[in-house]
Amino acid sequence: MRLLPRLILSIALLLWAPFVLAQSLEELVAALPEGSYDDRAAVIAQIAATGDDRALKVLEVLLAGDLEQLDSNSRIVEIYGQGRDDFARDILTGEDYGEVPSRGSSKVRVNNSLRRDIRTAIGTMTLRHPDPARRLAAAQSAFRSPDPEQAELLAEAAAAEADPEVARALAEALAVVTLAGDGAAEAKIAAISVMRDRGDTEARTVLSSALDNGDPQVAAAAEEAVRHIEQMQRLWGMAQNVWFGLSLGSVLLLAAIGLAITFGVMGVINMAHGELVMLGAYTTFAVQEAIRSSFPALFDWSLLIAAPLAFLVAGGIGVAIERGVVRFLYGRPLETLLATWGISLMLQQLVRSIFGPNNREVGNPSFMSGAFELGQMTVTWNRLWILVFALAVFAVLLFVLKKTPIGLQMRAVTQNRAMAANMGIRTGWVDAMTFGLGAGIAGLAGVALSQIDNVSPNLGQSYIVDSFMVVVFGGAGNIWGTLAGAFSLGIANKFLEPWTGAVLAKILVLVFIILFIQKRPRGLFAVRGRAVDA
Amino acid sequence: MTRFTKTLTGFGAAAMLMGSTAMAQEDTIKIGILHSLSGTMAISETTLKDAMLMLIEEQNEAGGVLGKTLEPVVVDIASDWPLANEKARQLIEADGVDVVFGCWTSSCRKSVLPVFEELNSILFYPVQYEGEESQRNVFYTGASPNQQAIPAVDYLMENEGVERWVLAGTDYVYPRTTNKILEAYLKDKGVAEEDLMINYTPFGHSDWQTIVSDIKEFGSAGKKTAVVSTINGDANVPFYKELGNQGISAEDIPVVAFSVGEEELSGLDTAPLVGHLAAWNYFMSIDTPENDAFIESWWDFIGSEERVTNDPMEAHYIGFNMWVKAVEAAGTTDADEVIAALPGTETPNLTGGIATMLPNHHITKPVFVGEIQDDGQFDVVWETDDLVPGDAWSDYLPESAPLISDWVELACGNYNTETKTCGAE
Repeated sequence: MRLLPRLILSIALLLWAPFVLAQSLEELVAALPEGSYDDRAAVIAQIAATGDDRALKVLEVLLAGDLEQLDSNSRIVEIYGQGRDDFARDILTGEDYGEVPSRGSSKVRVNNSLRRDIRTAIGTMTLRHPDPARRLAAAQSAFRSPDPEQAELLAEAAAAEADPEVARALAEALAVVTLAGDGAAEAKIAAISVMRDRGDTEARTVLSSALDNGDPQVAAAAEEAVRHIEQMQRLWGMAQNVWFGLSLGSVLLLAAIGLAITFGVMGVINMAHGELVMLGAYTTFAVQEAIRSSFPALFDWSLLIAAPLAFLVAGGIGVAIERGVVRFLYGRPLETLLATWGISLMLQQLVRSIFGPNNREVGNPSFMSGAFELGQMTVTWNRLWILVFALAVFAVLLFVLKKTPIGLQMRAVTQNRAMAANMGIRTGWVDAMTFGLGAGIAGLAGVALSQIDNVSPNLGQSYIVDSFMVVVFGGAGNIWGTLAGAFSLGIANKFLEPWTGAVLAKILVLVFIILFIQKRPRGLFAVRGRAVDA
Repeated sequence: MTRFTKTLTGFGAAAMLMGSTAMAQEDTIKIGILHSLSGTMAISETTLKDAMLMLIEEQNEAGGVLGKTLEPVVVDIASDWPLANEKARQLIEADGVDVVFGCWTSSCRKSVLPVFEELNSILFYPVQYEGEESQRNVFYTGASPNQQAIPAVDYLMENEGVERWVLAGTDYVYPRTTNKILEAYLKDKGVAEEDLMINYTPFGHSDWQTIVSDIKEFGSAGKKTAVVSTINGDANVPFYKELGNQGISAEDIPVVAFSVGEEELSGLDTAPLVGHLAAWNYFMSIDTPENDAFIESWWDFIGSEERVTNDPMEAHYIGFNMWVKAVEAAGTTDADEVIAALPGTETPNLTGGIATMLPNHHITKPVFVGEIQDDGQFDVVWETDDLVPGDAWSDYLPESAPLISDWVELACGNYNTETKTCGAE
């Protein structure tokens, strides 16, 4: 008979408990907008401590910056967008309040330190979440803000963890917590070895704070681990510099490769080259705008769609420039320089009038966002894809020049115009096509550069000097020279930069090129033989 | 005479004719607008030209000034500073303007200064700048370093507990001077040499990989690190993109910028920027009746609700209203009398306070620190309790600490309080 009352009591409690908690959660949520950031931090901690199922949702919406208070009925709501309008639904009851007029609600403000607190709180709540990605995020957030009180929780989670990646993250988080707490020396030394294996800058950060530990053994272990990590990082630093250099080189290559044809092969000093790059970038922008408004699902393909269009737009304008201006000026480099410079200013102002002087937003497709870790080195996807793209463009260009009839005609005309004409080649037409090819490739470069630089009317100006530098250094008339020139200048620049700073590195590279040109006026890979002076 | 020179003379004569007829009209007051409408700076300055046109139009609807209609004279300085000097001379001498609102960069201001001194006219300069200057003919309605940089650093120190500092800037006069002041200030506050990293990059720098990875490295020394950015306009976008791509979030290493405002953000994907900070004296998001009215009329004037307002626009708003008040107080547009009437002039700013023109030709301003939101707006996370008076000569640089500027009592822009002389540098 003693069992029954207890059973009734516990059932009553079970029914009652959520209600009690829910009440307090409601009060807490209602109190969120009030007071200073410090008050809000205290409320957040209490919300996290309620254990209510809805607390997680509240904190997530707050972290995303979508938690607002309606001016009309001062309810705390989640704002969600549909098209251009904002709608609100109650964060706790889910009741929909319909559309919110602009300035009809005020945001529950969070700053960086609150965001950290919220992330930690969410982390604690999701350590045992069914989704491994959430558990991983939770472990990482525990790593970032170690709290000795969490040690037990982390240890339990680590013991129960099946996913190896999450288990490792949990072990690392546990190690940080151990180092931050005041446990036994053995536990700390074990934790240090976990950090030593992790081996990145964050691990070093953790270890350097353990350096002044009271226990000499712990301090010595930490010192050894820090030395080890620093040594590894120096090696990785070299690799990272090479990668940065390759990446800068690929940008230089893209910018210069079109010029390698117009200037290198045809000998036309085309100052409007940068503007052709800019037009390619604006084509990408226009394509993305069209996709955004009509076919949002295709967004990830936008660059692939933009590339041929950019080639055609820039190439078409290139042909127009050649037919309209440059062909009257062959053999007169100074006039060509001035005329094309004038064209570059005209193109810039044209774009400024059409699209406005402001930067235009060109989004990154999802496969080009973010980064991945390669050992201790961060490789960003956009840079990697640009390197791949640059090499692909280079390969295609090489193929066109060496293996296609039009490429053969181009080479024939540039090597000996009179003889080519005698063989029945329409040299004027070939000139236009060659210039158009160079211009089109500049347009392709624009598609890639729109991913890493500002799409503004000034985009081209920042690349024109670099492009000439690469072509002259690599050796005019030699496509392979451009490749070698771009990568060696990129790598040289990136190895100098940490020592001298970005400004001086650029100057030093320029001085080096001037000296180099004194020694080898025809660049790295000089074209030899009779074709040289033709 | 060839046909070409004939046409040229024709144009010249026509221009002179137009100039003289315009000068003959006594019922208008001419206002010069000296901004870049083409070239690199067009991105920032075109908006300011439009804002001025709007303010002038509104003033005319309200009855003009001294019973006369205001007439804007717009020139394009094409981001070319020697040209700015010529255009300023043209505005004052040929067009006969009574006041000029213009310039963005310090180089532009320095280039036109001699013209304003020589021809004794008035320039209102609306952009935050490095300080260390006070000229009789110039009124600085933008922030000096103590109204932007120093409060921002204070915020990071007190609220975010920052102990390690990266001062990153574009390589020209504003970042160099501001960073010199900040370096002195931080050392004054006990920040050690090894906790400071100063980095300069060329204009329009787009390859931030090395620098961002250096910052990441610098930030891993176990102390809270922040970046104070004086990186100019365009170079910011690739910088923030690289920060985002390399996984540095505002929660790890916040960046506080002095040159990134609503206008600069309106052309980019703000997702990687959320949580980073900017310090200004005005944000579009500040909720006051004055600001709402200003935004409404801006949208009406420009014909688009997509356009944003920003800090230098507010500076022009304040400067223009101050000039109107001073002209009405003086009863004339004569430069000497307006210059004498301006100090002490008060006018409401857009954030609920009153801006006062100080004897050193700077104004009082509130300072706000805002966090970038995903809609390209800023959310104010901190503000000064009171208005901060603009200081022409920084107190943290040994060479300028004893200097003060007072055009009312001392009639001097660089009075040395130690040697009691004017003109000592």
